[in-house]
Amino acid sequence: MSELVDLDLVAARDGLRKKDFTAVELCEAHIAQMQAARPLNAVVHEVADVALAMAAQSDARLAAGSSAPLEGLPIGVKDLFCTKGVQTTACSNILGNFTPTYESTVTQNLWDAGAVMLGKLNNDEFAMGSSNETSRFGAVINPWRRAGATEPLVPGGSSGGSSAAVAAHIGVAATATDTGGSIRQPAAFTGTVGLKPTYGRCSRWGIVAFASSLDQAGPITRTVRDAAIMLGAMAGHDAKDTTSIDAAVPDYEAALTGDIRGLKVGIPREYRVDGMAPEIEALWQKGIDWLKSAGAEIVDVSLPHTHYALPAYYIIAPAEASSNLARYDGVRYGARVENGDINGMYEATRAAGFGDEVRRRIMIGTYVLSAGYYDAYYVKALQVRRLIANDFSAAFEQCDVLLTPTTPSAAFAMGSNQDDPLTMYLNDVFTVTANLAGVPAMSLPAGLDQDGLPLGLQLIGPAFGEETLLRTAQVMETAAGFTARPQKWWV
Amino acid sequence: MSVDEATVRRIAKLARIGVEETELAGLAQELSQILKFVEQLNELDTSGVTPLTSAVETQIKRRIDEVTDGEIVDQVLANAPSRDDEFFAVPKVVE
Amino acid sequence: MSDRDNLISGATGDWEIVLGLEVHAQVASKAKLFSGASTEFGGAPNSHVSLVDAAMPGMLPVINWFCVEQAVRTGLGLKAQINLMSVFDRKNYFYPDLPQGYQISQFKYPIVGEGVIEIDLDDGEVKHVGIERLHLEQDAGKSMHDQHPSMSFVDLNRSGVALMEIVSKPDMRSAAEAQAYVKKLRAILRYLGTCDGNMEQGSLRADVNVSVRRPGDPLGTRCEIKNVNSIRFIGQAIEYEARRQIALIEDGGTVDQETRLFDPRLGETRSMRSKEEAHDYRYFPDPDLVPLTFEQAWVDDIASSLPELPDDKKQRFMSHYKLSSYDAGLLVAEAESANFFEQVAQGRDAKMAANMVVGSMFAALNRSGKSLAESPVSADQLGALIDLVANQTVSTRIAKDVFEFMFDDGPDQGKDPAVIVEERGLQQVTDTGEIEAAVDAVIAANPDKVAQAQEKPKMAGWFVGQVMQQTGGKANPQAVNALVLQKLGIEG
Ligand SMILES: [Mg+2]
Ligand SMILES: [Zn+2]
Repeated sequence: MSELVDLDLVAARDGLRKKDFTAVELCEAHIAQMQAARPLNAVVHEVADVALAMAAQSDARLAAGSSAPLEGLPIGVKDLFCTKGVQTTACSNILGNFTPTYESTVTQNLWDAGAVMLGKLNNDEFAMGSSNETSRFGAVINPWRRAGATEPLVPGGSSGGSSAAVAAHIGVAATATDTGGSIRQPAAFTGTVGLKPTYGRCSRWGIVAFASSLDQAGPITRTVRDAAIMLGAMAGHDAKDTTSIDAAVPDYEAALTGDIRGLKVGIPREYRVDGMAPEIEALWQKGIDWLKSAGAEIVDVSLPHTHYALPAYYIIAPAEASSNLARYDGVRYGARVENGDINGMYEATRAAGFGDEVRRRIMIGTYVLSAGYYDAYYVKALQVRRLIANDFSAAFEQCDVLLTPTTPSAAFAMGSNQDDPLTMYLNDVFTVTANLAGVPAMSLPAGLDQDGLPLGLQLIGPAFGEETLLRTAQVMETAAGFTARPQKWWV
Repeated sequence: MSVDEATVRRIAKLARIGVEETELAGLAQELSQILKFVEQLNELDTSGVTPLTSAVETQIKRRIDEVTDGEIVDQVLANAPSRDDEFFAVPKVVE
Repeated sequence: MSDRDNLISGATGDWEIVLGLEVHAQVASKAKLFSGASTEFGGAPNSHVSLVDAAMPGMLPVINWFCVEQAVRTGLGLKAQINLMSVFDRKNYFYPDLPQGYQISQFKYPIVGEGVIEIDLDDGEVKHVGIERLHLEQDAGKSMHDQHPSMSFVDLNRSGVALMEIVSKPDMRSAAEAQAYVKKLRAILRYLGTCDGNMEQGSLRADVNVSVRRPGDPLGTRCEIKNVNSIRFIGQAIEYEARRQIALIEDGGTVDQETRLFDPRLGETRSMRSKEEAHDYRYFPDPDLVPLTFEQAWVDDIASSLPELPDDKKQRFMSHYKLSSYDAGLLVAEAESANFFEQVAQGRDAKMAANMVVGSMFAALNRSGKSLAESPVSADQLGALIDLVANQTVSTRIAKDVFEFMFDDGPDQGKDPAVIVEERGLQQVTDTGEIEAAVDAVIAANPDKVAQAQEKPKMAGWFVGQVMQQTGGKANPQAVNALVLQKLGIEG
């Protein structure tokens, strides 16, 4: 029943409710798809047996009339989410074969909503990267290829396993996390929908921390409606996370009215960076036209400090990471490399356990926090973060939502950006601002470049503006009519 | 600010990451390049700007003083690389 | 006592010790500062540990509000500034018993600011020691280094327990002052109930900062002696460290700032190399938490519920009961003994009550190593004994004996004093006939002394003593005295 894997989340949900097929059948089809897609390296830990057991339970509940929002729907989980009894490593050697005895709040919410876990998805080590090439398990290959070419492309990062798994129909949806663009950029690179919620909308409890003040979990799906349903299940207040917000979770699906008449859409002039690919520029204009013709009003706005977001991010995120990753010391869990006394053990364990990019960021973060540099770097970056947040507050006085490109380019070839970390960092130039300000943002597939690779547009809303984001995104989705799919070259 | 090899050695020590002497030069160059990039911030006058540490405006959550956790030694030690009875075991620490 | 009297004379002249203390006081809470695990002392290894305390991936801190309240109570007890907004920072360093790789503490913005403690010196003088700050922070776990030749063992039961770090200004000038400071701080904490002050179990530990200088010179380089856990050790550690530094400087050396450890067996301090290298804690605000804020109104509520503290109680004991500063000081050192005294003094002669409690009770407790709670003699029984003296049933001297019977192991332990006096026939003799007979007997037996006494009336005292002896101390001393004077024909 291979066509089962071609159903998006909503179609699969409705099919299950109409008893067109069972959760076990749906699950088996996706397990087969997962195994067939192994060449993509999107899944680092398959749990077919767990999945089938969960699916069987879903069938029982469906038979009993369950209408749980995700009942019986097979999804993938980024390896940053701790899953009880299932190996969780953040794709880093330093976690060894760490197997949590606890379940992250977000994944627990998904299981409570009836979802079925197919496996753990690949990501850049500790979510540090924009190409999913820094994983301990090796790179993920983008299901998409340039027309007529076979050169492997990156799926984006850090949630490259999630974006590839959803684009390759391994799961109907996937969880992901976004610290500087790690949900939206991979979504843009794979023709999928990626939503980074407002900071505090989803609990961080049980998610391996990268940069605590920026990390936020969200879904990657194939449609905007699917994203609305996934977010509804993932989000919610959590007493175990001081930074999670105690606000009711709206019915996001109900927000998809298709009516955006009178909506004010801001176009931030600072995102029109020099050297931007003309196709991106053109696509952005298309998006503007779609919204106009749907009755939205376009306003030109300014986010004056945009240019400084990336530098600020590359101080704040590494600083927090240098401290968050100190717990990986070979004492209580994870890998240990014995080497004489305690400090010898620490240094050998962490030298062997962390990859180059993680080591680089820990060292930058250690440096900017160290005596004599704290004010010049860290405090300065936090001041700039305030200015950037103020930019957004001011912009949202003039408009309801912002429209920008998601990335400066389409998916690039594996290995092409590795010689120089900075060019890799530039991938996040349009996405990182939302993390610094804590506001919600999403990417949706809007078209293809001349090589036939997907391109994404980004919508950014004010804090807790997810409903407006989703409503607007769905209108654009309809207008874009994006139906392209990657060739199944891997089977 | 460009960092020299001595600085890289000091930072690596602080971060408890063993670094080979042969890696120092390369790391110094990489870190300097990144620092140069982030130093663009110095173009901005931020005097009088309150640093933003948290993106959320929220009250700190409170827990009441009740014992609701612990007594899970098996879970605590489940992933221990080395243990002795119910203790974590590490290479000897000299004080 | 002036600071001059504290000077130590070295080979090359006088030296002044400058002392500042950082006391870590464990908050008397059931659960830890950021987790729901128990703080109970002495559990099985790693039993009082949650996934948060073990710093498992993705675990997050949520603050125990009771601990915040205790910090505010303590701050108020130290007459200190309470900060309505404070911030938790991460103090980053690697140590096997520090699971997160950082300690959540408060660095730039502590919950409590400047305050003051009055310490009582031996000569009854009072000295003010400034409080720099009080902040909340996590305790670390425990590493055991002597169980195995090549391994250290880690127990995280203490990991995450709430501590109040109370930092003094460098206002102390002698070991005695430092000890008086810790005693008084401990008393205040125990009165407030915010810390049990148990130093044996580590609920109260002191880091002692010691430096020496020539009188009038700027501050010298200080050494920090970590985790000294008894008031006696604090004294020994300071004496040793001060002399070490003086000798070092007088030999032309210099003191380098370092962390040192006090070895009670050797009575020496030694350098802690492990903590030395690369001291750079990289404090920054903990992004897992948001600023700690509360209302002044809440602080006012706490202030209105504070108990009477040692200093106020001492003043009241001196003014209301007319006790000496010394007795009052002894009585208020512990809330329990102060309350015991007030119960005994209730409606009785306060001075006699103080003498009984300090003189008899405290002495007996020391002798027997019992605590007040374990005393076989209750406050009411001690009061009843005082009543027997007041109504002249027994003399003060007999009363002391009766107390021994009541207190010491034996048939009379815990009995009411009246019963003991009755059974042992210790009632004072007031029947003049019996006393007169005794007086006559003594006079008859000592004609020579009679002659002397008539020369020197002071000699009368000798006759009184003799009579008291013959009556086994039961005769009423006043009555005896009157009769002796009368019979010797001396004008009383
Ligand atoms: Mg200290
Ligand atoms: Zn401390």
